[in-house]
Amino acid sequence: MADDPSKTRVEAVSRRELLATGGAAVAISIAGCSGGNGGEGGNGSGGSSSGNGSGSGSVSGQVIIAGSSTVYPISQAMAEEFQRENPDVNISVDSTGTGGGFENAFIPGDSDINGASREISEEEQQAAEENDITPIEMQVGSDALTFAVNNNADWVDCVTFEELAQIWGPNGAQQWSDVRDDWPDQPFELYGPATTSGTFDFFTETVIGEGGSHRSDYESTEQDNIIVQGIEGSENAMGYFGYAYYDENQDRIKGLSIDGGNGSCVEPSLETAQAGDYPLARPLFIYVSESSLQENQAVEEFVRFYINNSSSDLVSEIGYVPANESMVEENLSTIDEVVGGGASGDSGNASNNSNDDSGNASNNSSGA
Amino acid sequence: MAGNNAQTQTDDWFDTGGSGDWRGRIFQGVCLGATLFGILMVGVLLVYVTLDAFALTQPNTPRWLDWQFLTSAPSRFPDEAGIYPALIGSIMMMIVVAVATVPIGVGAALYLVEYAPQNRFTELIQLNIANLAGVPSVVYGLLGLALFIRVFTLPYGSVLVGGMAVGLLILPIVIISAQEAIDSVPDSQREASLAMGATRWQTTRNVVLPGALPGILTGTILAFGRAIGETAPLLMIGAAATIYNPPAGFLARFSAMPRQIYTWSAMPSPEFRYGVLAAGVVTLLAVMLSMNAAAILIRNRYQRR
Repeated sequence: MADDPSKTRVEAVSRRELLATGGAAVAISIAGCSGGNGGEGGNGSGGSSSGNGSGSGSVSGQVIIAGSSTVYPISQAMAEEFQRENPDVNISVDSTGTGGGFENAFIPGDSDINGASREISEEEQQAAEENDITPIEMQVGSDALTFAVNNNADWVDCVTFEELAQIWGPNGAQQWSDVRDDWPDQPFELYGPATTSGTFDFFTETVIGEGGSHRSDYESTEQDNIIVQGIEGSENAMGYFGYAYYDENQDRIKGLSIDGGNGSCVEPSLETAQAGDYPLARPLFIYVSESSLQENQAVEEFVRFYINNSSSDLVSEIGYVPANESMVEENLSTIDEVVGGGASGDSGNASNNSNDDSGNASNNSSGA
Repeated sequence: MAGNNAQTQTDDWFDTGGSGDWRGRIFQGVCLGATLFGILMVGVLLVYVTLDAFALTQPNTPRWLDWQFLTSAPSRFPDEAGIYPALIGSIMMMIVVAVATVPIGVGAALYLVEYAPQNRFTELIQLNIANLAGVPSVVYGLLGLALFIRVFTLPYGSVLVGGMAVGLLILPIVIISAQEAIDSVPDSQREASLAMGATRWQTTRNVVLPGALPGILTGTILAFGRAIGETAPLLMIGAAATIYNPPAGFLARFSAMPRQIYTWSAMPSPEFRYGVLAAGVVTLLAVMLSMNAAAILIRNRYQRR
């Protein structure tokens, strides 16, 4: 604290003078700051025209992607590949959870594309329309939502929907033995995605049922790795996430087979999801803002690239089921419709249809 | 032995150098332990991330931290991943932070120490500044989101917004440390200057500011060190999890090193969570330490003058 007695003596000398000077210094610094920004303005503001006028004929501009942490690895891979061919396009990819992305970025108009591991909800659709944003849905693949337990949990290999609802529903079971008699008398340690996650919404709706709700006393996180770590760390743990995270960590945790109600246990894998046998297979979407697609050429080109490659190995390498050909066709014609048909069409990226047997997996799964 | 000595020790309590002063020695030992604890923890952290970053424990894996890592964009393949866009993003963000906080912080400190009258109002301001220094950083992120993005409609996740949100966060620290530095300039020097006929402004400019500058710089540097490592405000204002080009300008979307490290920590494959992440941490620490070193050099130069 500053209470030196000498100060009061000289207080009156020229306080006003220094005040004015100090104020001016601050004003100048702020002006300098905003001046610098003004100069950069042309590049920043998301338009398809960027200041650096690339002569190579490739597109430039900014594409902002947010949303589902499940779709994030796909979007990231697409962005990386697209970026190689179009270095002037600035793509940023975020992992915010499906709901979080809609609410905080897509609906306010801050992002062009939102990844979603479930369909857009009615409230979200309405909120978007109120903000003059029209989301366009495109399925880009499918996922096998995976339940996993600790490697040492040798008492459980397969669970039914009813048991899952019993464990994860409101007032859920406290101990393993509450669900099945031959399970140990140990308390559950539950790890799952946060409420902003589409994985959470999909599971709640599919397994617990429309009217029900998810229990709230579990460890919830947007970071699927934390779920994996939690399960790895405790024998009594159980958790769920997108298949890709199980795929990468198969040696650390044990995936559970799921009985969807017909008495047969199906293990989580790309094959079972693709064949439509796995009961927790689910579609993965991207939602593109109509105005971004129409007005921002970078977004248009990127979405075309995304859709063209959504049936390729790019998706299956990450650990998801690629989209099938009919979905790709449908999405491409949607783009043409929205853009107005006058677009130049596939920009040489369409050649990636290597995955022949992508089948109609995702059709099945979207019914799940 | 201890029981015997207790009585005699209290007698020569003031004899601090006493060889049998076992309680004093224990206390000194405890304090030394407390000091070493901090260093030890930093040491463990450094060794740990360095081992991971250079893959020293696994001879078959490549070094994660190499020139390629520093110069290339992020990738979904761990051995191609790089930190370049986030590194540039962090540097640009720090420019915004410096431009935004130093003039305001030093100006506020000068006013509070040299000019403000001692009354309730200034006390309230002082109290507020002290409290602001303790506000969780997420809150500053939310403030940045609400104020800069929603109200002022500055671009979402841009360098400018990120820098200003983080700038707000460290502003109280800058003000408090600058205040202390200015306060520590001896009054005799001010009086001497005024006695020579200098005006208040001349005194502040020629005597107080140069005298306080090393202290101001030290405090500001420490605050910058905190700023470059902040993640939470960046998450709130929408700094990108992954971005492939460095920001084209201060209004373009950006990612910073801590944000990029956070992204890597969430990747499915363990190569990212251990190797690439460690390389990112070492880079961040290196940038931070070299920033501090540069600032200390500057400070020493001023001190000599």
